[in-house]
Amino acid sequence: MSIFDRANLAVSRRQLLIGASLTGAGLVIGFKPHAVAAASEPFAPNAFIRIPQEGKITFVMPSVEMGQGIYTAVAMMLAEELEVGLDQVTLEHAPADPKQYANPLLGDQITGGSLAIRGIYEQMRKAGATARIMLIAAAAREWGVSPDACKAEAGHVVETGGSRRAAYGSLITAAASEVVPQDVPLKPASSYRVIGKPAHRLDSPEKVNGTAKFGIDARPDGVSYAAIAICPHFNGKLRAVDEAPAMAVKGVTQVVRIEEAVAVVADNTGAARKGLAALSIDWDPGPSASVSQSELERQMDAAIDGKALPHVNEGDVARAEAEHGPVHEFVYRMPILTHSAMEPMNCTVHVRPDGCEVWVGTQIMSRARQAAADVTGLPLEKVVVHNHLLGGGFGRRLDVDGIILSTKIAKQVSGPVKVTWSREEDIRHDCYRYLNYSKVTATLGPDGLPVSWRHRVIGPSVMARWLPAFTKDGVDLDQMGGAESPYAIPNRQTDFARHEAPDGMLTGNWRGVGATRNVPPVECGIDELAELAGIDPLDYRRRLLQHKPRLLGALELAAEKAGWSSPLEKGKGRGIAVAEDFGSFAAMIAEVSIGADGRFKTDRIVCAVDCGQVINPDTVEAQIQSGVVYGLSAALYGRITVENGAVVEGNFDDAPVLRINETPPIEVHIVPSAEAPGGIGEVGTPGVAPALLNAIFMATGKRLRTLPIDQTDLRRV
Amino acid sequence: MERGAALGADGRMPYNLTVNGKSYAVDVDGDIPLLWVLRDTIGLTGTKFGCGIAMCGACTVHVDGLPVRSCILSVSEAAEKPVTTIEAIGDTPEGRKIQQAWLDIDVVQCGYCQSGQIMSATALLAANAKPSDDDIDAVMAGNICRCGTYPRIRAAIKLAAQG
Ligand code: FES
Ligand code: FES
Repeated sequence: MSIFDRANLAVSRRQLLIGASLTGAGLVIGFKPHAVAAASEPFAPNAFIRIPQEGKITFVMPSVEMGQGIYTAVAMMLAEELEVGLDQVTLEHAPADPKQYANPLLGDQITGGSLAIRGIYEQMRKAGATARIMLIAAAAREWGVSPDACKAEAGHVVETGGSRRAAYGSLITAAASEVVPQDVPLKPASSYRVIGKPAHRLDSPEKVNGTAKFGIDARPDGVSYAAIAICPHFNGKLRAVDEAPAMAVKGVTQVVRIEEAVAVVADNTGAARKGLAALSIDWDPGPSASVSQSELERQMDAAIDGKALPHVNEGDVARAEAEHGPVHEFVYRMPILTHSAMEPMNCTVHVRPDGCEVWVGTQIMSRARQAAADVTGLPLEKVVVHNHLLGGGFGRRLDVDGIILSTKIAKQVSGPVKVTWSREEDIRHDCYRYLNYSKVTATLGPDGLPVSWRHRVIGPSVMARWLPAFTKDGVDLDQMGGAESPYAIPNRQTDFARHEAPDGMLTGNWRGVGATRNVPPVECGIDELAELAGIDPLDYRRRLLQHKPRLLGALELAAEKAGWSSPLEKGKGRGIAVAEDFGSFAAMIAEVSIGADGRFKTDRIVCAVDCGQVINPDTVEAQIQSGVVYGLSAALYGRITVENGAVVEGNFDDAPVLRINETPPIEVHIVPSAEAPGGIGEVGTPGVAPALLNAIFMATGKRLRTLPIDQTDLRRV
Repeated sequence: MERGAALGADGRMPYNLTVNGKSYAVDVDGDIPLLWVLRDTIGLTGTKFGCGIAMCGACTVHVDGLPVRSCILSVSEAAEKPVTTIEAIGDTPEGRKIQQAWLDIDVVQCGYCQSGQIMSATALLAANAKPSDDDIDAVMAGNICRCGTYPRIRAAIKLAAQG
């Protein structure tokens, strides 16, 4: 049976919309009673919980599920305080409604930045506790006893020391007239019954039998199917196209032209793709037509010593350098990356004169809705977004370019139209993680430990476009995150040399965000310094992390589990990296071996993580493994190139990703912690590349400073 | 308009497909990949699109009991042969075992690749009751998972092989 009960969904949306229209900003209270069936109206003390008279309790999910296990985690938080079992609940996607479903940390309905759990940990437990207190109050009133003489367990209110017992469903009418309590007390972690214990994912059954509905699976009545060709050149445009060859394909109904793309509409996607392939499209390549990879890399190299905006400035770096010299300098170069989520970009839109409906899987509900309103010119309240499961997000679905394109196309089509991008379109029109270079400069003191650290970061400012509040004086705070290193170095300076991608090439958020840019140079840099100082890389980090107990704790655990001090055969190497991201702390140790042919193999990755209070330990393991595979894939293969103002690669043949046969055993160890929960979707990714590079150095004596890893010749020097 | 002319322009009869034991007559060009007929024409959306060039395995179905990539198998080639998709794979003993192991180990993350993973793993188990790590690599390397569920896929196949 489905956890996403579709019949319920329609009802709930209506109710929620009514609820929303009655409440202004701020806390949400109940819903307008249902006119016809008031007696069986579910009890809804807030926007997250609905308790019906009979049957399962519905939890409404404020964050989107893209694999990270958030639905299960949110259900666990609600169930903990509501005192119900996970088998007593059914889940529902929240509609676009930031007033009710905004992430408290982000102030908007966004699932990203590993903030899902962090933002809602308290909010969800309070929602559960509020409902529980109201149900207890209702039972106590009915029984004529004090609420203190009652408790909640497994979906019932029971009289402590008495024999009376009432199912939540039997109390809903009475509970609805109780006052909504403010400042509800929350359970101490020591009495958690659900949180912190391994739980099976609630979305597993649908995902193993094919019934789970992703955005690409939306099939509203009367839907037609479109294939799209977007101008391959950045900022290019459609010049002309003769539609006849597509129209001759059986099932094709229409060729849609918009400024930057052509779409072929048919009664199935296969016919649409066939029709699109039959077209010869004349593109105007626009002003970026001559942009090439070598030119882009040359510009990045030039920016290394160009102007930069200061960010962190501690101590006196110049003086320390003058006093201690020599100054060691390392430059690290990182490539352009795609997200390549398994579900290619797609979006279904129905534009009518009086409204617009959108079916999509998005990480950013409110912007999705706004985008459709902007393109159609309809008022926001006339736009309904039906969110779906996401076939991977990784930051790609934090942008709404696909929704804008689909809506532009849908304006010319009668009835709903599903626009499905080919993999080639998906790779050639991503919001890329752009080229990112780092120059690290350091001086060592007499004990071999660094006394000065400069880090210049060269790359675009994604936040300037995407979240301007996350910039300061022109510095992109995400881009600079962690550039100063976590290490105790008395004199530190970081600066930002902003260098944007060519016009029309969209850059965006990529799993692990700032840390994926800065952890590799920091962790490789510190390894190079340890080598110069002649100190073991574990010991070196240990000495510099005494002020960071959580990071140090993760490091010690990883080192112990990996057997850092045990001897290695010739041709093998181990490398360390630590990463701090979104309130979590991870240490990673990679073990590699180099074959006689000079190619390397990752034998094992050991990761220890302190992510504060664990909600579902099973999810932590899965998410760290996931982040590691994502990082490994990028470290080995991630590199997109540009020629003639267009992305060259197009599919998994020329833009390969990691497969099972290349995936090493990945061990995950959790550092027990009672701190606030940290994000776990991203912290596994940034440390992989530097841990590998450091391991390759140990095995071969070669320092690679460019990603992806060049495997052509790693024979020992 | 031209649509009427395009329809049936090839003068062919509809193709007869047998999917999960049910028959469907579909009126599409013979070279349309089975994938789109399953998803759009018949409405079985459990089979997924990932690459369209047989590089990712998301679209894996069984035809005549063997795993094929439905994104490159034309509907004319699939006609008149039994096709099994993720929606019915649980009716086979191996499919049932694989799905149960997937649940026991909680393999899925975003879940998008998992229909294809399960179809490939089921075919593997049907052909090889006790697959080694190398056997698993050889078959499952055709299925990409961007969420990195590979360690659990390996573990779940081994679990299913025990049961
Ligand atoms: S969609 Fe068929 S193998 Fe990728
Ligand atoms: S579970 Fe997301 S791609 Fe495999």
